[in-house]
Amino acid sequence: MPVSFDAHPRTYRHWRLRIEDDLAWLVLDVDEHAGLSPGYELKLNSYDLGVDIELHDAVQRLRFEHPQVRTVILTSGKPKVFCAGANIRMLAAAEHHWKVNFCKFTNETRNAMEDATAHSGQTYLAAVNGPCAGGGYELALACAHILLVDDNSATVSLPEVALLGVLPGTGGLTRLVDKRGVRRDLADVFATRPDGVKGATALAWRLVDELAPPRRFDDAVRHRARALAGPPRPGARGVELTPLRRTETPDGLRYDHVTADYDRAAGTVAVTVHAPGPDDEDWPLAMTRQLDDLILRLRVNEPELGTWLLRTAGDPAAVLAHDRRLRTRDDWLTSEIVHHFKRTLKRLDVTSRSLVALIEPGSCFAGPLAELALAADRQYVLDTDGDTDGDTGGVTLTLTEANLGLFPMGNGLSRLASRFWGDPGHLDLLALHLDTPLAPARALELGLVTDALDDLDWDEEIRLVVEGRAALSPDACTGMEANHRFAGPETVETKIFGRLSAWQNWIFNRPNASGEAGALARYGTGRRAVLDRKRV
Amino acid sequence: MASINYDEKIPNNVDLAGDRRLQRALEGWQPKFLDWWGEMGPTLRTTSVYLRTAVSVGRDGWAHFDQVAVPDYRWGIFLADRDPDRVIGFGEHRGEPVWQQVPGEYRADLQRLIVVQGDTEPASVEQQKLLGLTAPSLYDLRNLFQVNVEEGRHLWAMVYLLHAYFGKEGREEAEGLLLRNSGSPDSPRILGAFNEQTADWLAFFMFTYFTDRDGKYQLGTLKESAFDPLSRTCEFMLKEEAHHMFVGTTGVDRVVERSAALVREHDTLDIAPCGGIPLDLIQRYINFHYTVSLDLFGSETSTNAANYFTAGLKGRWQEARRRDDHRLTDDGVHVQRPGADGTWSADELSALLALNLDLRDEYIADCETGIKRWNRILASAEIDVRFALPHPGFNRAVGLHSGHHITPDGTIVDEATWRAASHRWLPTSEDLAFVRSLMHPVTERGRIASWVAPPRNGVNGRPWDYEYVYLP
Repeated sequence: MPVSFDAHPRTYRHWRLRIEDDLAWLVLDVDEHAGLSPGYELKLNSYDLGVDIELHDAVQRLRFEHPQVRTVILTSGKPKVFCAGANIRMLAAAEHHWKVNFCKFTNETRNAMEDATAHSGQTYLAAVNGPCAGGGYELALACAHILLVDDNSATVSLPEVALLGVLPGTGGLTRLVDKRGVRRDLADVFATRPDGVKGATALAWRLVDELAPPRRFDDAVRHRARALAGPPRPGARGVELTPLRRTETPDGLRYDHVTADYDRAAGTVAVTVHAPGPDDEDWPLAMTRQLDDLILRLRVNEPELGTWLLRTAGDPAAVLAHDRRLRTRDDWLTSEIVHHFKRTLKRLDVTSRSLVALIEPGSCFAGPLAELALAADRQYVLDTDGDTDGDTGGVTLTLTEANLGLFPMGNGLSRLASRFWGDPGHLDLLALHLDTPLAPARALELGLVTDALDDLDWDEEIRLVVEGRAALSPDACTGMEANHRFAGPETVETKIFGRLSAWQNWIFNRPNASGEAGALARYGTGRRAVLDRKRV
Repeated sequence: MASINYDEKIPNNVDLAGDRRLQRALEGWQPKFLDWWGEMGPTLRTTSVYLRTAVSVGRDGWAHFDQVAVPDYRWGIFLADRDPDRVIGFGEHRGEPVWQQVPGEYRADLQRLIVVQGDTEPASVEQQKLLGLTAPSLYDLRNLFQVNVEEGRHLWAMVYLLHAYFGKEGREEAEGLLLRNSGSPDSPRILGAFNEQTADWLAFFMFTYFTDRDGKYQLGTLKESAFDPLSRTCEFMLKEEAHHMFVGTTGVDRVVERSAALVREHDTLDIAPCGGIPLDLIQRYINFHYTVSLDLFGSETSTNAANYFTAGLKGRWQEARRRDDHRLTDDGVHVQRPGADGTWSADELSALLALNLDLRDEYIADCETGIKRWNRILASAEIDVRFALPHPGFNRAVGLHSGHHITPDGTIVDEATWRAASHRWLPTSEDLAFVRSLMHPVTERGRIASWVAPPRNGVNGRPWDYEYVYLP
C-alpha cells in the first residue's frame, strides 16, 4: 500500500489540535492500535510515520489556517508519559530505506516547527508532562522552550546509544550542543545513560529551560505560552488547506500544476511543473503543495525511480507576475507561501535521487521555478540558436531577485551562492542579468547550466546522461550528491541531514545494530546484543 | 563524629563502623529519614510499643523483642550471610560467580530496580499513617507499628545499597525516596497503587495480604539477582515480609470469623446492623485489592523484564527449582488475550518476554491459598457463601486487559454493562462509608472492636490481651 500524506484534524488518530484564540494546543495521544503497518503497537505515545504525518499536517495548517496563533503548546494527552519516541519494533522490522525516509521526514517536520517559530511568530513550547525519551525528547528539542514537570520522577533521556546501539535520529545530538549549548561532556554523559536526567539536573545541564511541579504545571504552561507569543498579526484570517486533487495511475501522478510520469524501465520520473494560467490566482500555494506532496510520495513509495528529470512548462510571464507579488507583497499569507516553497525546495535538496533539470523550449524556469533548476545536480539547456538575451527561442531560464536569497537552502545560503561558493564575485555579475530570459549560450557562459546541447545532439546526449547515471551505485550517488549540494557553511540543519543522518544511516547498516544479534534487532527480545568491539 | 557508636545506634552486619564512605552517606541521610518519619509516619503518638528489632541475621538476632519508644527504634542494615560459592543462576551469565560490585554495564538498570523497590517501602507507611487512630485493639495497633517500622527498615536496606554501591547518584536517589510521598500531587510515589490511602483496617488487612504479597514476589525475583548484595538484602527482607502477610492473612481470618459468627447468631447475611462486615462486602474488597495488586506486576509482555533476566539482574520466583535451561531463549508460552468481539484467543509469546506473567501466575496460585482458608472458616460455620478470586482480567488498568471490560467470571462485556454491574463487584462509596463507620479505636487492654474476632495467639508467646502499646 503506497503511503499517503493526506491528513486532516477531523480524522487524526493520534493528535488533538485545539485553538484558543492565539494559543494552539497540539496534544499527542497516540492510538496504540492504529499503527501505519501491522506488527507493532504504538505504546507509551511512541510514534511511527502515520503519527508524524499528522504532526506535519498540523504544523502546516497552523501556519495557513490559524495565522492568529502565536504559541503552539506541544504536550501529551496521556497522564504518565510525554512521548517514548519512535516505535522501536517498527524501526527494527523496517527495511533500511524505510528507516532513512522515516527519519528524513520526521527531521523535516521538526525543522518546520523551528521554521514556524522563526518566521511565522508561532513559537513552539514543549510542555513535557511526563517522561520523555529518545524521539520524544527530540520533539521537545525542536521547540523553542522546554518546560519539564518536576515530580521527582519525570526524566528526559536519549537512550538510543545505550539501549539500541544507534543514534537519536531526529537531530537530538546536534540540537543538544548546537542549539541549546549543552556542554559536550555533559551531552556525552546524558546521551549514554539509558535512564535519563530529571528535574534540577536537567535544568542545570540546559537540557530543559524551566521546571514546574505538577500542581503549578498548567499555570506555568499558560504563563510561559503568553511570554513566548510572537508578535500579533492583526486581522489575519486563515485560508483553508483544501484536499489536494490528485490522479494516481501505475505510470504517474498528476496534480493541477504538477505532473509526474514514470519510466520504470529507465528508473526515471519526468516531473513537470506547469506555469499558472490567467485565472490561477492561488497558483503559488497550490503548486507548492502539489510539488511538496509529490516529493514526499515519490521518496517513500517509489524508491527505485532513482533519477528525477525536472521540467517546467508554460508562460514564463505568468510565473514572473507571481514572482513579483511574492517578493513585494507585505502580508502574512505571502510570507507563508514563500516559506512553504522554501521548505519544499529544501526537501528537494535532501532528496536521495539524482536530479537533472532539462531546460527546453516551452519551459518557464523563471524566478521561483528557476530554483528547481538550481536545486538539480545538473542542468542541461537545449541550445536553440536564439543567441540574444530576451529572444531565446522559447527556452526560458530567467533569474530574478528571488534567486538571490528569498529561498535559502539549509546552509543559509541561496542556491546561487552555494553554487558559486568558490567565486563570490560572480553573484555580482549575475545580479546584472536579472529579469531577462538568458540565451542558452549566455546561461552556459554564466555557469548556470552544465551544458548547452543543440537539437541534433539533445536526445542522444540526454539518454546517455540518464543511462550513465542509472548504471552508477545508487548509494554512492546519494552520498556524492549530498556532499556536492551543500557547499559553504554548516548549520544545525546541514549537520542534521549530513553529519547526523549519514552516521546514523551507516550505523543502521552495521551488524552491531541491524545484524541478527545486533542491538536494534535484539531490542525487545530480552536477548543481549553481540557487539563487534572493533572501533572502525 | 568519631564518638558515635554506629553499631549501637544502627544495628548492622555490613561493618558500618569501619566504612567511612557509608558513614558519611548515612550521616547525611539519617536525620532526613527521622524528619520524614516524624512528618509522614504514624500520626498516633505512643509512649512505647512492643516491637521486634533485628539486631543480627541469626536465628535469635532477627527477632529481638522490646518495649520501644518508636522514634528511637533502631533501624538496622542486614544482609543474609554471604555464600562464597554462589554462582549466577540464570541468563547469559549463568554459571559465572555472582557480582560483589555493580558492573558498569548494568548500573542504570540496577539503580532503577532498587529505586522502584525502595520507593514502595516508605510509601506504605505513608498510606497507613492515619490507621493508628482507629485500631480495633492494642494487639492490632502493635502489628501496625511493627509493619511500619519494618517497611522503614526495608527503606534503609535499599538506601544502604544505593549508598554503598551507587556513589553520588545513589545518594541523590536515596534522598529522592524521602522527597516523593504517597498521594502527593506534586511528587507522588512511582507506582500508582502506592498513592492510594489505606482508608480503613479491612483495607489494611487486604493490603498486607494482597499488596505485600506482590512485594514478596518482587523481592523473591531480586533475591535471585547476580548482584550479590541485592540478593542477600532481599533474602533477609523476605523474612520480615512474611510477617506482614501473616498480619494480613490472620487479619482477614478474624474478620471472616467474626462475620460468620454474626451470621450464625442472627441467622441473616445482613449483619451490618449488628456491627459486622457483610460477606459480599468482603468479597468486593478482595476483588479490589487483588486486582490493583495484579497491576503491580506490569504488562504481561515486558522487554525490561526480559532484559533484566538475560542480564542476570532479576530472576524468576524460585529460579533454582525450575527445570529448564534458565536462559529461555527458545521457549514459548501462551497467553489469553481478550478481543474486541468478546472472545478470548491464545497468543504465543516468547517465554523471555512473558516473565511478568510467569511471576503473576505464581502470585495468583499463592493468593488462592488465602481464599481456601477463608472459605474453610465459612464451611465450618456451615454458611453456604464462598469467596473467590476474580478473573485476572477483571478491573485492570495495566497490561493486555486494560481498556477491556471483563467481569469477575471472565466474560468480556461492553462498558455500559460493566458499569451497571460494577457496584456488585467493587466497593461502593456506601461500602467505604459503612466500613469507616465501624472504625472506632479500641485501646483498652483485653477489648476488641465489634467487627473483628480476637486473635488465637499473642506476639512472642505473650497473651493476645497483653499491653502491647502504652499510650501517653
